[in-house]
Amino acid sequence: MSELSPKVDGIVEAEVDRSAGPWREAWKGFRKSKVAVVGMVIVFFFIVVALVGPFIAKEGINEQFMADRLLPPSSEYWLGTDDFGRDILSRIIHGARISLWVGFFSVIGSVVVGSVLGIIAGYYGRWVDTIISRIFDIMLAFPSILLAIAIVSVLGPSLRNALIAIAIINVPNFGRLIRSKVLSIKEDEYITAAKGVGMKDARILFSHILPNSMAPVIVQGTLAIATAILEAAALGFLGLGAAAPEPEWGKILADSKNYLQSAPWTMIFPGLAIMLTVLGFNLMGDGLRDAMDPRMKN
Amino acid sequence: MTKPLLKVENLKKYFPIKKGVLGRVAGQVKAVDDISFYVNEGETLGIVGESGCGKSTTGRMLLRLLEPTEGTVEFDGKDITKLSAEEMRKTRRDIQMVFQDPYASLNPRHTIEKILGEPLLVHGIKSAKERNAKIREFLEVVGLSDFHAKRYPHQFSGGQRQRIGIARALMTNPKLIIADEPVSALDVSIQAQVLNLMQDLQTEFNLTYIFIAHDLGVVRHISDRVGVMYLGKIVEVSESEDLYANPLHPYTQALLSAVPVPDPDYIKQEVFLEGDIPNPADPPTGCTFHTRCPFKMDICTRAIPKLIEVEKGHSVACHLYPDGTDNDIKTDGGVIQ
Repeated sequence: MSELSPKVDGIVEAEVDRSAGPWREAWKGFRKSKVAVVGMVIVFFFIVVALVGPFIAKEGINEQFMADRLLPPSSEYWLGTDDFGRDILSRIIHGARISLWVGFFSVIGSVVVGSVLGIIAGYYGRWVDTIISRIFDIMLAFPSILLAIAIVSVLGPSLRNALIAIAIINVPNFGRLIRSKVLSIKEDEYITAAKGVGMKDARILFSHILPNSMAPVIVQGTLAIATAILEAAALGFLGLGAAAPEPEWGKILADSKNYLQSAPWTMIFPGLAIMLTVLGFNLMGDGLRDAMDPRMKN
Repeated sequence: MTKPLLKVENLKKYFPIKKGVLGRVAGQVKAVDDISFYVNEGETLGIVGESGCGKSTTGRMLLRLLEPTEGTVEFDGKDITKLSAEEMRKTRRDIQMVFQDPYASLNPRHTIEKILGEPLLVHGIKSAKERNAKIREFLEVVGLSDFHAKRYPHQFSGGQRQRIGIARALMTNPKLIIADEPVSALDVSIQAQVLNLMQDLQTEFNLTYIFIAHDLGVVRHISDRVGVMYLGKIVEVSESEDLYANPLHPYTQALLSAVPVPDPDYIKQEVFLEGDIPNPADPPTGCTFHTRCPFKMDICTRAIPKLIEVEKGHSVACHLYPDGTDNDIKTDGGVIQ
C-alpha cells in the first residue's frame, strides 16, 4: 500500500536538529539565562583557582613571617596577612581546593547513596518504602548541622570526617527527591512498555527510570554543593573540621575572629570567598532548574 | 479450522478498595468480571466499550502487566498465569503491546535506535551489527527511514511515534500483538494510515491482533470479530460484519446508533441510553446493564444473563434472547463460542 512510503506524516526534515538530545536542549536553555552563566563563571573561576592556584602561590600558606603580622592589604600581601604573618591570599587559594573538594565529594556521596535508597523505595514500594522513608524522616527531624556535629563528635574531628558527616546529613534530601520522582515515572507508559517488552527490573531501573529522574537531582546537587561548603565552613569554624594549620575557609574565619576590629581583612576576605562560591553555585543551580524543569519551557 | 492462539477463561481482576491506616479491604472494584474469549491465529479480535469498562485492564492482564485475580490465559498451549516471573519475561517475546499514547510510551531520553534495539537486547540478541540491521529493516517496514534512528521521540509527530511504537512491538517477531487504543490519540487522517499499516503488517508477518478501542468505526475497519464489553463483562461477541448489520444486545445497538453516519439524508433508528455507567465497586444486581436498558424486564434485575450463542458465531448475554436466559439466579458467564 502507498501508506508504507517513508514520507507519510510529512515532517519538515530541515527543521529538525539531528543531535538535539534532551541534555543539549537543557544546555541551550541554560545559556539563555545571564544570571546562571554568571554563576557558572564564578564557579569555574574557583575551580580553576583550586586546580592551578597552589602551583602559582606556592609560598606562604603555612610560612610565618612574624615581622609582618596583621598587615593590611598591600602590593606585597594583596589581601593582607593574618596573626601569624601568613599571606591571606595564598591561604584562601589553598582553601578553595579544600572547600570545593568537600563540597563536591560530600554531594556525590549523598547523591549516590540517596539515589540508590530513593530508587529502591520508590520502585518497590510497600514495606521497603516504609522502612527507608521512615529512616529519612528520622534524619530530617534533627537540625542538619546538629546532626553533623553529632556525627563528627563520634568519628572524631577531622576534615575527612566532616566530609562524611555532611554527606550523611544530605542523604535524605536526595533520597526523598528521587523517591518522589521515581513514584511518578514508574507510572509512565514507557515503563509499562519496557516491562511489556520483557526487560528485567535492573535494566528498567538504571536505563529508564534513573536517567529520567536525574534532572532535579542535578539542580538540587548544585545547590547542595553550596550548602555543603557552608556546612564545612561551619564545622571548621566550630573546630570540628580541618585541623589547625590547614587553610580551610571556616577555620581561617574562626582563627581570625579575635582580630575582627583591629584587622578586619583577616575575616572579610575568607568570608567573601565563601560567599562568592556559594552564590556562584546557587545562581548556577537556579539556572539549571529553569533549563531542566519542563514546566518552565515555553 | 484455525486453532485458537489465545484462549482466555473466566478471567477476573478485582481491585481491592482499602480504607483506614491498616489498609482494611472495604470492597472490591470488579474491573474485569469473569470474561472468556479466544483469538484464532492470524485474526483480529476487536474489543470495544466505553472508558472504565475494563478493556485496557483485560489487555494488560494478557501480558501479565497486571496480575489476574482469577482465571486462565492460555497462550500457544500454555497457561501463562502459572509461569514464573522469569518464564513470563521470556514469553513476552511472543506477545507484544502497542500503547495508546504515542507521546508517553517512548522514553524521551532514548534515541529511536535505542528504543528499538532494547527488545532485541533483552531477548538475547547481543550482536550490535545484527541489531542495527534489524532496526533499519523495521524502520523501513513501518514507513520511516534510516536516518530517523538517531533521533529522539520528541522530534516526531504523533503518527510517526505510533509507527515507532508498532516497530518496537514487531522487533522480537511476536505472534500476538495487543493494541490498546493505538489510534485514539491520533488525528483522524493519521488514524487511517496507522490502521492500514497495521493491516499490511498483519498479512506480512502473520500477526494476530487484539485490538482494543472505544471507537466502533475504527474497530469495524480492522477486526474479524468484535467483542463488546460493559462494566467488566463481555455482553456480545460476533463476526465483525454481523455485529454491525445485526446488533443484538441493547448496549451494542446504542453504541452503534451513536456512530455518526456521513449522510445527511440518513434517518437513524436511535437507541438512547440514559444515566451514567454504574459504579463498578457496587455494580447493579442481575444484568449490570439493566439500569440503563430501554428494554428492561423483571428478570433483568435478578438474574445474570449468560453469554449464549444465539446465531452461528454470534453470542449475546441478554434476557431478550430466550436462548440466553437461564432461570438459575447467579450463573457464571460461559465460554464464548
